[in-house]
Amino acid sequence: MPVLCQTCGGKAILKRPKNGKKLCKECFYNVFEDEIHQTIIQNKLFNPGDKVAIGASGGKDSTVLAHIMKVLNERHNYRLELFLLSIDEGITGYRDDSLETVQRNRLQYNLPLTILSYKELYNWTMDEIVKQIGMKNNCTFCGVFRRQALDRGAWKLKCNKIVTGHNADDIAETVLMNILRGDIARLGRCTSITTGQDGMVSRCKPFKYTYEKEIVMYAHFKKLDYFTTECIYSPNAYRGHARTFLKDLEKIRPRVILDIIKSGEDMSIKEEVKMPTLMNCSRCGYISSAELCKACVMLEGLNRGRPLLSISSDDRRKNILKMKGNDINDVKQGTESVSAMF
Amino acid sequence: MTLNITVELSGGAELLFDNKKKHVVNLPTKEGDVAWTLGRVLPWIRDNLLTERPELFMQGRSIRPGILVLVNDTDWEIVGELEYVVENGDNIMFISTLHGG
Repeated sequence: MPVLCQTCGGKAILKRPKNGKKLCKECFYNVFEDEIHQTIIQNKLFNPGDKVAIGASGGKDSTVLAHIMKVLNERHNYRLELFLLSIDEGITGYRDDSLETVQRNRLQYNLPLTILSYKELYNWTMDEIVKQIGMKNNCTFCGVFRRQALDRGAWKLKCNKIVTGHNADDIAETVLMNILRGDIARLGRCTSITTGQDGMVSRCKPFKYTYEKEIVMYAHFKKLDYFTTECIYSPNAYRGHARTFLKDLEKIRPRVILDIIKSGEDMSIKEEVKMPTLMNCSRCGYISSAELCKACVMLEGLNRGRPLLSISSDDRRKNILKMKGNDINDVKQGTESVSAMF
Repeated sequence: MTLNITVELSGGAELLFDNKKKHVVNLPTKEGDVAWTLGRVLPWIRDNLLTERPELFMQGRSIRPGILVLVNDTDWEIVGELEYVVENGDNIMFISTLHGG
């Protein structure tokens, strides 16, 4: 006795986590695509004539994102020029394989593809970085470098916008992580659907309210081809704890994912709170809230053999960066024990 | 007498099953036997098909949260989850969502 679709009476194949509604394939496609279209329109994510770089990793979210952007752009006449932009972090066995998937996406969606690597941008691959810093704080480095790499790639393509496949589950996890670590500053920013408007290129997340379950089901039914391995450095990531917790919560009450995002949005920074002024990095020219941008501080640390520089306190970092070669060794003794704490 | 089903794995879940994406399974049945609900089939799969890390497949009596279950290409939440009684010729698919996007 098949369960019927609550919209059209056809055969139901999915129960929506956000509201428990049971839908057939076609009705699911319609509501999935239309809700994303509404998110785009209501948040004014694009303007006609925008050149948009789609952050494409070959994974489930960015593959569905490329598909959806193409479909909606044509269906609703957004008049966007779309590009696929991929970043190669230099993680052997993980990234080389997923980039093959992006090449296939390029052919399937008929969109131009550009690939930028950490090696050419920073002269460091993630494998080399992890060898230096060990298995902790990997995502911190990778995240900062990747964001900048996407910006530079988009700028190179003369794009004014970047879209990424961050979904509702990702954002809810980030809210939880920031609460668990007491990171008020990040908590206030992490639910913004658009970020980086003050920089060269702004970034937005059309999947902000889209459940990961629905993205996977959409890809499955539409037979969209994506790459499915975990980054080899991710088992040690802090985000894993937030993810496990969120999945357990979702099982009890699926609506919780959207509710956590709403709570995060409600906890935004008050108008009166002083925000850092933006300037240009004195070394590379990139947008920064300090004299040296985060990526340059990280690279300085890696190149000087003091890779955890970017993760130590502001004062210590300022003093160390001011010093020339030899003086560093005198400070080394004192800071060695501090680094050991990380 | 056997109950014949196919078990399919995707999204990386196949790594727990010797990298094989499709398995043909024959579940033994007898007169008067307790029905093969998914609640019985899941631990059977864990004990007979899984080649490593059972804790990445099941959590307690059910599937690990983050792995989607489809019965004949339908969300298992529609057909009753663990209570669903498996029929001859059924296809059960496990799609893992626990990886980068």
